[in-house]
Amino acid sequence: MVDRRINSATKMLKYLIPLILFIIMAIFLAIGLNLKPNEIPSPLLNKPAPAFAAAKLQAPEQKLTNTDLLGQVWLLNVWASWCVSCRAEHPVLNQLAQQNAVMMVGLNYKDDPANAQHWLESLGNPYSVSIMDQDGRIGLDWGVYGVPETFVMDKKGLVRYKHTGPVTMSDVQAVFLPLIAQLQAEAP
Amino acid sequence: MKAYILILLLCLSPLASAIDSRQFANPEQQQAYEELTSELRCLVCQNQTIADSNAELAGDLRRQVQEMLEQGKSRDDIVTFMTDRYGDFVLYKPPFKLKTGLLWVGPVAFLLLGLLAIVLVIRHKKTAVTDATIGTTPEKLAKIRRLLDEGEHS
Repeated sequence: MVDRRINSATKMLKYLIPLILFIIMAIFLAIGLNLKPNEIPSPLLNKPAPAFAAAKLQAPEQKLTNTDLLGQVWLLNVWASWCVSCRAEHPVLNQLAQQNAVMMVGLNYKDDPANAQHWLESLGNPYSVSIMDQDGRIGLDWGVYGVPETFVMDKKGLVRYKHTGPVTMSDVQAVFLPLIAQLQAEAP
Repeated sequence: MKAYILILLLCLSPLASAIDSRQFANPEQQQAYEELTSELRCLVCQNQTIADSNAELAGDLRRQVQEMLEQGKSRDDIVTFMTDRYGDFVLYKPPFKLKTGLLWVGPVAFLLLGLLAIVLVIRHKKTAVTDATIGTTPEKLAKIRRLLDEGEHS
């Protein structure tokens, strides 16, 4: 009697094995589906912002360097007039600029200056200043691989956050504004 | 016949046309360039090396590799330069670290697990077979003997 009961239990187990395997596989597939392989973690986080000295888009005879920005919280947004998702992001940046929460610098990446100027004139200019990176060298130093990308720097000039892809209004509310407030409160 | 020649030529075409071939004066640099560009990942089209990719970023990275080689930088310098900016992800062959441990050890672990499972299954089968041939309890054995004895007497 007891033997038979054990036998039927092991038989049941045998039928359950495929189900268990399926569940394990489903869990792994679900994890895989929710990974975002396009978002590569930046090795720059908590390291000093890469140095640059770049001509300003609207005043090419003037240069902006990374040391000019030390001592304040600032945001670097990589954009280009040829970039489709930048167009979707632009109104969000305009709204963020209106809050005056942070110094916004634009990195005009591999763009034609005339197109870039036209873009800012027609869609509004959220940036305190935009700098030009026509051959993509500054972008390379920042590890830019897709436009738009957005970095937030603290008062010491360390990169504290990187966002890949267009920033949405909910990103601004949930991530950017709290982070900026926190960084503004830190000692310079 | 013409068709075969055409097919043959088509098969050869990938060999002939690298996306953007660069010439170095020094053959060692040329080799280093070929090797490096086929070990670095294009981050836009993630399953292509920068040697294979047509993406603009891949072009920029190739230019960077070429310039650094011409400046006399070593392979390690260039790999460090790339990983400082893009992380280990830029390497097709990631370094062995705590973070990448599972990646390297995983396949071996699964192989060992599989072997262990095979050994256990075989052992289980063997004991099952011996149980069945020898019989289960001394009482049962005694009964079998008695029944056999009775058979002989009748």
